[in-house]
Amino acid sequence: MSSIVSVKNLRKAYAGGFEALKSVDLEIEEGEILALLGPNGAGKTTLISTICGITTATSGKIEVGGHDTVTDFRAARNLIGLVPQEINLEPFETVINTVRFSRGLFGKPQDDAYLEKVLDQLSLSDKKDAKIMMLSGGMKRRVLIAKALSHEPRVLFLDEPTAGVDVELRKDMWDVVAGLKANGVTIILTTHYIEEAEAIADRVGVISKGEILVVQDKAEMMAQMGKKQLRVDLSEPVGEVPAALAGYALERSEDGLSLTYSYDTRGERTGIRTLLNDLSEAGLKMVDLQTQQSSLEDIFVGMVKENV
Amino acid sequence: MNLTAIKSIYKFEMQRFFRTITQSLVSPVLSTSLYFVVFGAAIGSRIQEVEGVSYGAFIVPGLIMLSVMTQATSNASFGIYFPKFIGTIYELLSAPVNFLEITIGYVGAAATKALFIGLIILATAFIFVDIQIAHPIAMLAFLVTTCVSFALLGFIIGIWAGNFEQLQLIPLLIITPLVFLGGSFYSITMLPPIWQSITMFNPVVYLISGFRWAFFGTADVSIGLSLFAISLFMAICLTAIWWIFRTGWRIRQ
Repeated sequence: MSSIVSVKNLRKAYAGGFEALKSVDLEIEEGEILALLGPNGAGKTTLISTICGITTATSGKIEVGGHDTVTDFRAARNLIGLVPQEINLEPFETVINTVRFSRGLFGKPQDDAYLEKVLDQLSLSDKKDAKIMMLSGGMKRRVLIAKALSHEPRVLFLDEPTAGVDVELRKDMWDVVAGLKANGVTIILTTHYIEEAEAIADRVGVISKGEILVVQDKAEMMAQMGKKQLRVDLSEPVGEVPAALAGYALERSEDGLSLTYSYDTRGERTGIRTLLNDLSEAGLKMVDLQTQQSSLEDIFVGMVKENV
Repeated sequence: MNLTAIKSIYKFEMQRFFRTITQSLVSPVLSTSLYFVVFGAAIGSRIQEVEGVSYGAFIVPGLIMLSVMTQATSNASFGIYFPKFIGTIYELLSAPVNFLEITIGYVGAAATKALFIGLIILATAFIFVDIQIAHPIAMLAFLVTTCVSFALLGFIIGIWAGNFEQLQLIPLLIITPLVFLGGSFYSITMLPPIWQSITMFNPVVYLISGFRWAFFGTADVSIGLSLFAISLFMAICLTAIWWIFRTGWRIRQ
């Protein structure tokens, strides 16, 4: 797969000296859904805004569809649709007019049939002629998506699309995203909900303090997240793991007083029951059992340490 | 050139104008009619002719200029300030449009609105006073150029303004006094010599003088100077806008 968005060495420092992005590199593949996870203030919105042209980069290079976003901004921006985090809409305009405006702004000829199809996909058909101020918050968010889709972009940026949205609408939004992906649209969404990334993303990127810590395939990441450990404390130290227990790949602590077993919680069988049986059959006396699951944060911190 | 984008911005802005058509048109027409009643009929009848023109007719070009300048400025400043205020500016900044296209769209719409108002006031003037237009084409050209120049100025104010108060500040504190003191209601020659000299620093004098020349064939300053003044004003505004978009001042962080 080829990169449709390529960010190289991107740095953004604001006038006050605050460094929102520190040398970010990111390759986004055509047709994928990439979720950018990160705490508030991590630089998610700055990254998106810089790619879309709302903020200017301090240094670095961004290409969208092979077009430089500064020197060839028209070709680059033609490919991009942006759904901002804040609900920024002209309150007195009608839905259809504001969507028409967006399409025109991108230089596309008027095509109401297409726009009505977009509105229909977003369940906005019956609100077509309603003034935006009459719509609910969820509806307004859909209008923002309709505006971003009005010019048929190939890359769609969704900045916190489900922040403050109820469960039902969140599911609807996920369906819309899935439908867009089926049409070949590349989607980048920011979120701080891990479940959201899990539900729809192909790859997950983690951003913190202006740096991308990791970009990884979701399945791989979830596999790591799904790992759990069981520590068995023994009454007497063992010199080495008994041969009968070799199949469990147990880790022995230095003092020999505990054995640790790693297992996958998502597997059909965790193997805990047989392990406990085999442990007593091997004549080991257990005094305590502890299970531990590494949090997403633990994984990320571990990854960063490895990278250094 | 993204012509479709220019058209979209223009259309979107004009829709705002037609949505508030009553407020947009009735208020300038009403206030101008009041000027005609007060200055033209009530007081004007006691004032002798100015440069061979009855006072009622003499103030018509000034009144039109007064409305056109304030309307063009406020329309354009509001037009670009509003998207900044409600946040929809993100769309302009992320669209494949350059500064010239954005400016033509917003300034074009604001100038059109001001032109509409100017022409309606002129039509209203025909009801109250007997006027003849000596150079109709020059009159129209002056009107259009003034609409565009002040819309450019308004556009800059709209980008500069950080709140609604600042948005009103320059029109209120600078433009209105300059227009009132720029000879809207009197001929410069009616002033004492020292004030005549000071007045020459007021750019609006040249615009009103040129516009009045188009009506009556006489002017306070030469028509060439008037043309030069308005061209210079427009060039300064365009340069400022070009600089604003190049640096992203007050728009792009």
